[in-house]
Amino acid sequence: MPSLDDLKKRIKSVKSTQKITKAMKMVAAAKLRKAQENAENGRPYSKKMQSIILNLTKSINDPENAPKLLVGTGKDKTYLCVVLTADRGLCGGFNSNICKLAKANFKRIISEGKNLKIITVGSKGLDQIRRDYGKHVIKKFNFKDKKEITFREAEIIGSEIIDLFNQNEFDKCILFYNSFKNVITQIPQAQQIIPSENQNLKIKDGNSFSYEFEPEEDEILEDLLPKNISTQVFKAILENAASEQGSRMTAMDNATRNAGDLVDKLTINYNRSRQAAITKELIEIISGAESL
Amino acid sequence: MSEKFTIEIISPDRLILKKDVSEVVLPSFEGEMGILKDHIPLITFLRPGLIKIVEETEKILFVEEGTVEFANNNLLILTSTAKELSDLNQNYVNKLISESEVKMKNIEITDKEKYLLSYKIETLKSINQ
Repeated sequence: MPSLDDLKKRIKSVKSTQKITKAMKMVAAAKLRKAQENAENGRPYSKKMQSIILNLTKSINDPENAPKLLVGTGKDKTYLCVVLTADRGLCGGFNSNICKLAKANFKRIISEGKNLKIITVGSKGLDQIRRDYGKHVIKKFNFKDKKEITFREAEIIGSEIIDLFNQNEFDKCILFYNSFKNVITQIPQAQQIIPSENQNLKIKDGNSFSYEFEPEEDEILEDLLPKNISTQVFKAILENAASEQGSRMTAMDNATRNAGDLVDKLTINYNRSRQAAITKELIEIISGAESL
Repeated sequence: MSEKFTIEIISPDRLILKKDVSEVVLPSFEGEMGILKDHIPLITFLRPGLIKIVEETEKILFVEEGTVEFANNNLLILTSTAKELSDLNQNYVNKLISESEVKMKNIEITDKEKYLLSYKIETLKSINQ
């Protein structure tokens, strides 16, 4: 049985923890609003870009000569996995969810006897992946010192991916991130960006026009596809940022509530032991008086 | 019948502009291109230059690159670098010019890059006049 003093100290410490988690929740909520706005503002760009690419690919008559970024190298020997995580912890299952999904994929890729290369974005993911797959990590990014992540940063990652592709370093590229559904639900996602997956953006027929292209289709595609890679990375970063704040908010909300429950429980304990001590003292006094 | 069509300029982080206009002049990769209502469906991309939007008052934006789609009287411009001319200040423009001139001196750049850079410098210089 802990002494009264011990209980008092515990209650005080839990209360101050609760204050911290509450503050973190508030901060996350404020940041979430901004991040969510950014994620939503970023969606039209990537959506429109995909639809233009779709329109372009439809009008390519000669798939043999289509740019490699679009159709792939025709092999699937080496996989490049880009894992996007946060730079900070204390956000519930956010980082582990991405890593869990990524690791499941790594395992499958390796068991199929294929080569695996990993790029990590964000330091938390690196920490989790390094333990088992450290030797596969070829490049790591983090944006700890950046206050706000802009398209520039996405372009850095995008051009890195394209450079590697042009050097024939990999055949397929998969992006891992959390897509933001709402504050309590974030879905970890694996999106293949090279070659680009087109099945999820089928547009109803009849919506297609015979476009005039200036210059030729393949030249436009050559300009557009690298941009699309950066755009997809940027979209993933934005979704991730919103998910991180959402996840942190929920986690901190839970922590605050748990701390509240704990304080209640400890207070009851404290009061009980206080009463017990008083009763004990009374009995001692009474029995002492009786024995006289 | 109105002679207007919709223009949308979208950057990766936000919608820059959406309105009904009567004419737009684009710095397309192969030359300046004027677009009016009922233009045929078109996909092209931009070189550095000025987008001129004509309505009651003319509006001019500076872009470095971008992708353009025109369909159904809807002009869509995807660009990460659109800036309104009035938002650019002289020092910033000068900085861009000198940066581009340094890049121009690099022997390793391709003809295409050279072409794009020369337009960038030219446009920026014309802004500063």
